[in-house]
Amino acid sequence: MIVELQGVSLTYQAPDGEVKALDNVSFGVNEGEFVSIVGPSGCGKSTLLSIMAGLEKPTGGSALLNGQPISSPSPKIGYMPQKDQLFPWRTIWGNITLGPELQKIKSGPCIDHINDLCRRYGIADFIKKTPSQLSGGMRQRCALIRTLALSPDILLLDEPFSALDYQTRLAVSADIYSIIRSEGKTAILVTHDISESVSLSDRVVVLSRRPGRVKSIHSLQGLENMSPMDRRNSDAFRQYFNDIWKELDINV
Amino acid sequence: MSEPISEGRALYLSGLRREKRTVLFLRAALLLMIFLMWELAADVGAIDSFIFSCPSRMWETFLGLLSSGDLFIHVGTSVAETTAGFLLGTACGITAAIILWWSPRISRVLDPYLVVLNSLPKTALGPVFIVWMGAGAASIITMSLAISLIVTILDMYSGFMRTDPEKIRLMRTLGASRGQILLKLVLPSNFSSMINALKVNVGLSWVGVIMGEFLVSKAGLGYLIVYGSQVFKMDLVMTTVLILAVCAAVMYRCILWLEKALKKYMGVTI
Repeated sequence: MIVELQGVSLTYQAPDGEVKALDNVSFGVNEGEFVSIVGPSGCGKSTLLSIMAGLEKPTGGSALLNGQPISSPSPKIGYMPQKDQLFPWRTIWGNITLGPELQKIKSGPCIDHINDLCRRYGIADFIKKTPSQLSGGMRQRCALIRTLALSPDILLLDEPFSALDYQTRLAVSADIYSIIRSEGKTAILVTHDISESVSLSDRVVVLSRRPGRVKSIHSLQGLENMSPMDRRNSDAFRQYFNDIWKELDINV
Repeated sequence: MSEPISEGRALYLSGLRREKRTVLFLRAALLLMIFLMWELAADVGAIDSFIFSCPSRMWETFLGLLSSGDLFIHVGTSVAETTAGFLLGTACGITAAIILWWSPRISRVLDPYLVVLNSLPKTALGPVFIVWMGAGAASIITMSLAISLIVTILDMYSGFMRTDPEKIRLMRTLGASRGQILLKLVLPSNFSSMINALKVNVGLSWVGVIMGEFLVSKAGLGYLIVYGSQVFKMDLVMTTVLILAVCAAVMYRCILWLEKALKKYMGVTI
């Protein structure tokens, strides 16, 4: 197990009361695995990601990376935020080298690694441009390369496609998926989109309404080695979609 | 760039140019009209040029100031004081805003004081400054600083606090320290509010300097205005106001030019 959550709970304190966001969440992620976390909005799934990113500390239980408790952000943990969050005052190159720059390791091997990523994923021609000159999909790709620049062991994706329109989202999620797979990275994706979770992951963790608890974990069998697009057209996809939909128990 | 321009495009561009020329012409014509009417009204006796002055008398006054060299002394004094007040106000204001951003506790403690200081008419402090710093440039510059400082602090601080929390999150996950978040995210993302603060401060610094010179001075445009009104030389007062307008406009242009240069230097339009 590369990431392990053991009975993670988190209660927020505020002057007007306390809010229990997460309650006794436990699951593990294996190396190279792609795991999605789905749940109704406000169930604490983004909070869970913040804990794994070392941005917040659980009030109960522990989060482990390679057996070590996660206490602060680390270059081993790559985080991809909602929207691309590229800085408009920097060029693409300035953006994707932000991590190494902050870590003060912007030198030989790291630059070679980034150059290699740029070449492999087709943004080498764009590195002198500014983010506003790129399409939404390209910007998302740059955001992923910014995260990969520090060679993290795991990637945490916080609804990274939610700002895109539906068609673009399909294309971009397939694109990001193929990059993550070809880099052989472990990835944890938080999303409220059931079809996105089923089309991309090996396992889906379903969280309950607040306070978030693990309701069930689905190992997506019969979808292995299929592209996200092919998965969407398969029968197994519809079955998983319906199962998860029922579990989420969304009432209007 | 040597693509052939379509007929519609050429028409549009020439229309644009024509419109720009027309506006420029009308602007100049408006100014000329005002001066002409003024002069005429004074000529036929509709207004008393002793009280309202008139362009021809202002021109003579201007030439007088120019030949005696007084013009340069007064303009130089006021511009120097304004520049000093402006630079101090901007630098101190941004520094203070950074401190407030850095420490939420300091910001919470100082909040009511800033609110009171912001609503207090700073000109009320003029006499205090004169007692403390003497009747000279120091008091005037302090006056100018007092007027622009608090606004700068409040504007810059609220800009800093509006920095996208998602971007701060991203910076933290990349291992950024608080100093790095400040230098590489908060300051650059507030570039336009900084430029706006500069633009507002130019005007406010002039207010402070002229106020200060009204209260205490031996030179400067504010001094000329007060002196002129006391000895009832309205020609001098009106001429000085006009010179002041030109000086303020030139300084504002300088900020616009600085903005352009900075944007070019940073290589990105924000």
